[in-house]
Amino acid sequence: MTEDRTPPLEPRRGVQRRRPRPTAGLNARPRTPDQARPVGGRPDAAAPVRAPEAAASPTLDPGDEEPSALPEEGGHVVRPWDVESAGSAEDRPRRRRRTVAELLADVPEDAVIVTRRLTKRYGEFTAVDSLDLTIRKGEVFGLLGPNGAGKTTTVLMLLGLTEPTRGVVRVVGLDPTREPLAIKRQVGYLPDNVGFYGGLTGRENLRYTARLNGIPRGQADTRIDELLHEVRLEDAANKRADTYSRGMRQRLGIADALVKSPSVLILDEPTIAIDPAGVEELLGLLRRLVDEHELTVLLSSHLLGQVQSLCDRVGFYSQGKLVAAGTLDELMGDADTAVELEVGVEGAPATIDSVAMAVPGVTGVRPHDRLDHLRIVSASHDVAAPLATALAMANVPIVHLRRRGTDLLELYRRFVPEGIDGRR
Amino acid sequence: MAAADNANAAPVRKRRAEARRSERTPSGGWRTIAAKELADHLTSTRFFVLLIVVGLLAVLPMIFASADMNAQANSASGASSPFLLLFTYGSPSFGGYPMVTFVYLLVPLVGVAFGFDGINSERSSGTLSRLLAQPIHRDDVVNGKFVAGIAVIALLLAMLILVVTGIGILRLGIVPDVEQAARVIIWFLATVLYASVWLAFALLISTVVRSTATSALAGFGVWIGFTLFGSFLLPIIGQFLFPVDTSGTLSTAVASSIPQQLFLHLSPATLYQDIVKVVLNPQAGATDVFITSANQVVAGQQQIPGLLSLDQSLLIVWPQIVALTALTVLLFAISYVLFLRQEVRA
Repeated sequence: MTEDRTPPLEPRRGVQRRRPRPTAGLNARPRTPDQARPVGGRPDAAAPVRAPEAAASPTLDPGDEEPSALPEEGGHVVRPWDVESAGSAEDRPRRRRRTVAELLADVPEDAVIVTRRLTKRYGEFTAVDSLDLTIRKGEVFGLLGPNGAGKTTTVLMLLGLTEPTRGVVRVVGLDPTREPLAIKRQVGYLPDNVGFYGGLTGRENLRYTARLNGIPRGQADTRIDELLHEVRLEDAANKRADTYSRGMRQRLGIADALVKSPSVLILDEPTIAIDPAGVEELLGLLRRLVDEHELTVLLSSHLLGQVQSLCDRVGFYSQGKLVAAGTLDELMGDADTAVELEVGVEGAPATIDSVAMAVPGVTGVRPHDRLDHLRIVSASHDVAAPLATALAMANVPIVHLRRRGTDLLELYRRFVPEGIDGRR
Repeated sequence: MAAADNANAAPVRKRRAEARRSERTPSGGWRTIAAKELADHLTSTRFFVLLIVVGLLAVLPMIFASADMNAQANSASGASSPFLLLFTYGSPSFGGYPMVTFVYLLVPLVGVAFGFDGINSERSSGTLSRLLAQPIHRDDVVNGKFVAGIAVIALLLAMLILVVTGIGILRLGIVPDVEQAARVIIWFLATVLYASVWLAFALLISTVVRSTATSALAGFGVWIGFTLFGSFLLPIIGQFLFPVDTSGTLSTAVASSIPQQLFLHLSPATLYQDIVKVVLNPQAGATDVFITSANQVVAGQQQIPGLLSLDQSLLIVWPQIVALTALTVLLFAISYVLFLRQEVRA
């Protein structure tokens, strides 16, 4: 029974969506095998067979395919995605004509997680809006954003647990809507608010996961022992999971995600609701595991500190859109264009004003909002060094010099307009 | 673009090959889930409570009956052994209720009890998303839970029947012949089938209703409703909607009663009761159950006092068995489809 089934047994709402689509649009345009290839590679015999599938796939942006056929059918057909389509009128024609292969053409060779124009709508509400994400092998990527920004939805689409409204997703080179099982074999997932079967012990819970992954008993037991040691739950391993504290559950969740020896780890809010000491411990554990197992990690969070210490790159999510992404340096580099320095000196802060204004690049000096002994120096670029030199030359001893906007919180404030807790 | 394609080709092909290789290994996810669920059920308090409640109510009638059983035995069924009376005889000292009545009343309870929190407990405890992130098909979850539920119900029933049979053989010296054993086995299978209707119904509720408390309430509410009011409300509604014309001849009366009978047989309880009547009670003629054709009326009239052979009994209740199966499949299919379409997140 199990063997007979075709792989994508996740909800196939796409079937309905596919029906009204004019098939002429797919056949009218001659297609070379190259264009048809879903991942941009695969020059094997399967490519022509795959072409109509890929074209009819619900993950394909319907808007990409249709316009060539619509005019021939006479008149303009209003569709929801026409009306709601993001982007201005002039860039729409360009966006339209892209196939899956084209969307994936710029994907680097070592990309593990790729999304292109990934969109998820629940009725009127757009949870994820045209997400373009590329995560390379070995990277730790932090998805930052307030609650309800679409992080979990994105993660669920990556795992094939939710079907995208449109757009392209590739995880380890596979399409989650078509081959969810193959992806789930290689991706470890720690869900938001992870739970375990309370009646079973921690070890039994992990054994169950191992069985579901088809890992032979002996091999699984060795692996589970290792993992329990790594997450330091050996002592609690034989206690019922409902006696575990939140932090223990979270650590067991990480062990659970690693049972299948994944190459990719997706962690949804891994440190939520854990006390600060627990967070630190968990982060240390994660860092160690990432280094040891050479994992590619996607980590979603609305907490900042953890991401800062763990992630190679971060992306800021706001209302379903990725508003900025890059390494911390890059993002802070952007911030360089206009920088503010907090300066404090011995004696009257007013002495700073004249000295600072003489430094090239400084655009203004104003008193600090709350702290009277400090001055805020605005500049077109980072002037910390010349300012310090100038103050020293003027015999004004510096007691405080800090660049504002250089931590993640500042970036967050800038990129996520609705604020940290999602309120606007 | 072509250049990018070529650059991508090698690793992508390798990954796909890897993926396909692992795809070939049989997942058998539903078996793993069923095994785990069954173990959970068997070690649960729920199982022991039900075993005691159902066990007492099913075995007590027969213990009470054992006193006057031997006296009744010889007159009841002539030459054949009174084995079936162990199940169908209600002692006056126990209110006249036989074991089959209690089984009929309690089987829905068992079905609901092992299914009402099937899906929604996974959801509320946060294990569903973790479970579905494993390489299993989504329907494996529903299938596994259904199979485990059926298995535990079958086990419970088999235990009861074996206990009753055992007491009968050891204490009363009543040994079944082959046909009687076969009848009890058919009754057992029919009861499991009836329970599976309720299990499928409970799973359906657990898929639709997010809170386990609410789904338990809904499941048990429907059970009570069917048991208490079904037996007298349904005929009243049936009579109102499809009145039987008794003024004419027998054949017109029979013909006019068919819509009402059909209506009554929408209820799994009616279907199951028919099966029990015929299978466990060889004296029962076709007149006791749903008349599907004029031929059966004739047959029923002709063999009023005689015994019905096993194959004849089966022939009569075959439509009921098919209907019960269809009902189970229908309920299961609905919960299946709903679950497949549901969002993983609450």
